[in-house]
Amino acid sequence: MKKLLQLLEEDCAMSTAQLAALADMTEDDAAAAIKKLKDDGVLLGNKAIINWDNSDYEYVTALIEVNVTPQKSDGFDRIAERIYQYDEVESVYLMSGGFDFTVIISGRSLKEVALFVARKLSTIEGVTGTATHFILKKYKEKHLIFETQDQQQERFTFD
Amino acid sequence: MDYSKIVNSRIQSIAPSGIRKYFNLLNEMTDGISLGIGEPDFVTPWHIRDAGIYSLEKGYTKYTPNAGFTELRTEISKYLKRRFGLEYDGASEIVVTVGGSEAIDLSMRCILNPGDEVIVPTPSFVCYGPLAAIDCAVPVYVETKAENEFRLTAEELKAAITPKTKMLVLPYPCNPTGAIMRKEDLEAIAEVLKDTDIIVLSDEIYSELTYVGKHVSPASIPGMRERTLVVNGFSKSYSMTGWRMGYLCGPKEIISQVTKLHQYGIMSAPTMSQYASIEALKNGDDDIEKFKEEYDGRRRFLLNGFRNLGFDCFEAQGAFYLFPCIKSSGMSSDDFCMGLLQAEKVAIIPGSAFGPGGEGFARVCYANSMKNIGEALNRIERYLNTIKK
Repeated sequence: MKKLLQLLEEDCAMSTAQLAALADMTEDDAAAAIKKLKDDGVLLGNKAIINWDNSDYEYVTALIEVNVTPQKSDGFDRIAERIYQYDEVESVYLMSGGFDFTVIISGRSLKEVALFVARKLSTIEGVTGTATHFILKKYKEKHLIFETQDQQQERFTFD
Repeated sequence: MDYSKIVNSRIQSIAPSGIRKYFNLLNEMTDGISLGIGEPDFVTPWHIRDAGIYSLEKGYTKYTPNAGFTELRTEISKYLKRRFGLEYDGASEIVVTVGGSEAIDLSMRCILNPGDEVIVPTPSFVCYGPLAAIDCAVPVYVETKAENEFRLTAEELKAAITPKTKMLVLPYPCNPTGAIMRKEDLEAIAEVLKDTDIIVLSDEIYSELTYVGKHVSPASIPGMRERTLVVNGFSKSYSMTGWRMGYLCGPKEIISQVTKLHQYGIMSAPTMSQYASIEALKNGDDDIEKFKEEYDGRRRFLLNGFRNLGFDCFEAQGAFYLFPCIKSSGMSSDDFCMGLLQAEKVAIIPGSAFGPGGEGFARVCYANSMKNIGEALNRIERYLNTIKK
């Protein structure tokens, strides 16, 4: 099961036959295992990794450090929920160390992201401070390298 | 000048490779998929590349000892013991070569006298016969059979031995068939060779890519060490083809002679490659396992794929090739493969390129991404549908 998860994390576009062969299972077993993983809430979804810089579209991502005052009854979870309900919010993580949440936001422009932080994020009850860091360039995400890798010029041809 | 009168006649008599035309055609195509070249598709692991880079940064750019760095030979010795239970003294029984190919060449040049016979099981890698012929020796091809899972049997060996037999090549795990030799198979071979002076050249370059059981080296069989030369290297196990690193192990009486040849022809293997190889041996066992697991998954996928398409396909147990039988197409393996390349832009190699016994088969290399392998299977299916009509 762990092998199957690792394979899906690597490339969820593989066919069941390919996944089954790599995980050394029958196709039926692999299909059943994937269904169970989905049913159990282990496998949440499949998303593409996009290098927006190579597209014709503008896309800005920011990583925001957020400090909050946890509430007595619900701790951090209630505030996290108020943050993640916004569509603009891509990811929210509870952190150890110097601040409480990492919030990742994407927008069409710097201004759009900045306005979201100023108008929406900062005004959420319990949020005491934010520090916004814009991502300037992505090099690698989920083991995928963003820059086009040069290939070796000439290769073995068996002369 | 009439160069045909100048160039050594034995070299001239070597036929050019029959598969070159495939690669020439493939290079002109867009969207071609090559399951032809027998080379790992992975890049050398970073920590190994980094060790090579670091040696350059430090300015380690001089020759090394002829037989290779002492540390490298010590690590090779430890590795062979750890992985295959072989005992070789790094100081006197190992020489580091420029790829496994040099080790094969050196062994033949060092052992063979004119007229000696070299038994070469086929289908197998194409270099053994020509290298023997260059040394004025005579290659004796022994066809291995699909029904024996392309293993060399004791009977086949016995039938090929003559008073002139000097060497037996054991190319297992085998390119192109994917056959391996189990312990009991090697014991039967050892029994035949007992009381002869035949030297075994054991090309174990694919030893780490053994998917069923563990690789058994002929040298580990009782009575065989004294007559066996073990060829191995870094290309296939660590994805290091371009670093050109191999080695030869054997009795010190032979290795000392081989080292003389290596010293005059090569001097020493590339220094930065030797540093990278030390790192590979010290910290690369996990890489080997990772690559092997990946190839094994592809092997299962491709094998299922070929069998689902109706091919009679032996379950390869080593290396990274399948060797499906294509006789049911009614075509020669050359026609089948050339037709596939022209119609669907998928390059596989006709079995006939690998010597007697290869006709009727094709070599398909699965050192390629699952995506390409999946697409190649789709195209092969389409091709089969067109040739059936």
